[in-house]
Amino acid sequence: MSLFKTITDKPWERKGIIGGLKPEGAFDAPSEKVALSVFLVVASVVFSLFTVGYFVRMELPDWQPLSEPAQLWFNTGLLIISSVLFQWARNIANSTNDKYLTAVFIGGGIFAVLFIAGQLVTWDSLQGAGFYMTSNPANAFYYLMTGLHAAHLLGGLWVWSKSSIRLLAGREASDVKLSIELCTLYWHFLLVVWLVLFAILSNT
Amino acid sequence: MAYVPLADRDHEMEMHHPHSWVGKYVWSQDHKVIAIQYGSIAVFTGIVGLALSLLFRMQLGFPDTATFIDPSFYYQAVTMHGMIMVVYLLTALFLGGFGNYLIPLMCGARDMVFPFMNMLSVWVFLVSVIILMASFFVGGGPTGGGWTLYPPQTNLAGTPGHDMGIVLMLISLAVFIVATTMGGLNYVVTVLQYRCRGLTMMRLPLSVWGIFVATILALFAFPALLVAAIMMLFDILAGTSFFMPAIIESGTPLDHNGGSPVLFQHLFWFFGHPEVYIVALPAFGLVSDVLSVHARKNIFGYRMMVWAIIAIGGLSFIVWAHHMYVSGMHPYFGFFFATTTLIIAVPTALKVYNWVLTLWEGDIRLNAPMYFAIGFIFTFIHGGITGLFLGNVVIDLPLSDTYFVVAHFHMVMGVSPVLVVFAAIYHWYPKMSGRMFHSGMAKLHFWCTFLGTYAIYLPMHYLGFLGVPRRYYALGTTDFIPQSAQDLNTTITIAALFVGASQLLFFINIIWSLRYGPKADPNPWGAASLEWHTPDTPPSHGNWGDSLPTVYRWAYDYSVPGAREDFIAQNTPETEEPTVDEQHFDPDKDESLADA
Repeated sequence: MSLFKTITDKPWERKGIIGGLKPEGAFDAPSEKVALSVFLVVASVVFSLFTVGYFVRMELPDWQPLSEPAQLWFNTGLLIISSVLFQWARNIANSTNDKYLTAVFIGGGIFAVLFIAGQLVTWDSLQGAGFYMTSNPANAFYYLMTGLHAAHLLGGLWVWSKSSIRLLAGREASDVKLSIELCTLYWHFLLVVWLVLFAILSNT
Repeated sequence: MAYVPLADRDHEMEMHHPHSWVGKYVWSQDHKVIAIQYGSIAVFTGIVGLALSLLFRMQLGFPDTATFIDPSFYYQAVTMHGMIMVVYLLTALFLGGFGNYLIPLMCGARDMVFPFMNMLSVWVFLVSVIILMASFFVGGGPTGGGWTLYPPQTNLAGTPGHDMGIVLMLISLAVFIVATTMGGLNYVVTVLQYRCRGLTMMRLPLSVWGIFVATILALFAFPALLVAAIMMLFDILAGTSFFMPAIIESGTPLDHNGGSPVLFQHLFWFFGHPEVYIVALPAFGLVSDVLSVHARKNIFGYRMMVWAIIAIGGLSFIVWAHHMYVSGMHPYFGFFFATTTLIIAVPTALKVYNWVLTLWEGDIRLNAPMYFAIGFIFTFIHGGITGLFLGNVVIDLPLSDTYFVVAHFHMVMGVSPVLVVFAAIYHWYPKMSGRMFHSGMAKLHFWCTFLGTYAIYLPMHYLGFLGVPRRYYALGTTDFIPQSAQDLNTTITIAALFVGASQLLFFINIIWSLRYGPKADPNPWGAASLEWHTPDTPPSHGNWGDSLPTVYRWAYDYSVPGAREDFIAQNTPETEEPTVDEQHFDPDKDESLADA
């Protein structure tokens, strides 16, 4: 039912059961997926506000642009592979043959761990080159935004690890199907966020 | 993986029935217990906030009488009072308290969609309160930088609590936001996915609409506060300069350089203004239901009320800078925000008209909840109209930072929502406790609160017109502030002490009635919405006994012509609609209708 149709309804005129068992206005998806989608919007607001703060702060005279390490390209590749593996795992979980499901799903998480490790290496190399957090607001935003993104990934890895343990314990693919789907959605979201952050950090 | 209707999988739902006292009352996953936990923690925190306000009012009314109230304590009390009342009392009480209690019951659900996360939400909220309260016991005490926490002042050595106090406040807010997000996801998804059979969105009671939209606001507005808090924490703890400009403190230049305090203000108010509606929208919803039930009339303009809630929610995100007119902004910017502020008054006024029109020719029952609901209309109109003054740049500039502003926001988002809180607690108390409260004591509580708060805030408008500045510890000898202003301050303090003490009537009443109040009828007010039609009162775990309810109509079928009773419950099928035989129907002779 469209939003317009919903809010123009005249409830005082319509009597009886409307919509059958499915309440009108409910999304045709599991509640967990609806909740995750709402959460992704909330997380988008957080990242957007940091980005707004970044652009506002950038206009002030003490801003010195940071030269992002080339390794970020490599890290980006790791996260793309991670996301692709999650998508693959989701497709396997939806198919009848779940032969490689455990390996692919666990592989997706491992590449995410490698991405975080790669981010830490960039932090270390920047610190080594004297680009400290307090030296300049551009540096501070770099550490803050990459750190926040990594923190979101760690949250996802917690759910991934629980599902991985269930898969390794021999649970059926159908038992973890929803979890895999939610992880995939979350990973794609974090990949998009990272690509946007990377573009902003690299071009300013 | 598609949606499976709730009613279709009712038998598979795990209800987490508690097996021990601890499971039932402490680590409970029952939304009703969690609601009461949320409410109790919020009210406890609110009592601390109230006590702080009485202490700083002592200083204003009777300067230097209480020697322990020095300038530092005064500013700390003012700051903590503001933050506690806005965030930890009202937000938590409306969303965590009423949201938790009413959403599943009004939606015909057995519980929230994620009961475990719901339980986690209340305990994380408690952690945030503990962190906040801990700031009273650390060196330097709680922050005294004002509830808006503006840098750089909040972080400088001259401000009380500039070391640990502000850090604990920011951490507490971040933790609170985590709790609110967990709770908020639950409320939104429950309303969307867990409504029972037949319950369309437009059949929802306005209480649910108000809480639903306010929750969406909270989910999207609190991130701004989170972002501001994180960046400020880095400024304080790591020495960054997101907000901190180059500044000299006690003759020593600090390490900060180039930060933007105005950026903090934008982030704070991008949260802060929707926050007003996070508090107001649930109040609007709850009061609509209380007015309708006790006026025995359907709410006037239900659709418009829903649209107004949605419109106010949307507009609340584009008015924030009206809190910052004096920060210095481009005139066109000010013009834009003044315009949007005036526009938001339209749906708000529409709601006020509809409340009054709901009362018009209603069969008004002056029960205690109705006293508070009608009182709310008065205080909200007063607070709303002064908001129109302050929304205009040219009027705001001279009135900014005076007691006029204090009077305005206390009337509109202090007294008004609190009157609704009382209306709602008295209204749903029989369902929550299974007992009736003492009606006379509740009405006395209303008059003390209603008249008492007017005695506090009406004179404050005059102080504001005189130019008496807010936040000052002592006014000193100033030409433009006459002695009569000081006399007015004394009167306000006496009224505040009276209102504070009169709240004991409320606490004594509800605690005493829990044990000694007469047993309540399951539906003592004759309400039509679902929560009054549970098999048990108070509702048992799972709410609905063996089967979920089915809804056949909206929640406002009151005084329906031809109906035998003056309400028809939402779950009454059309075929079973109790009607009077039309041939013999004569309202003057019909006893049940004559009584009604």
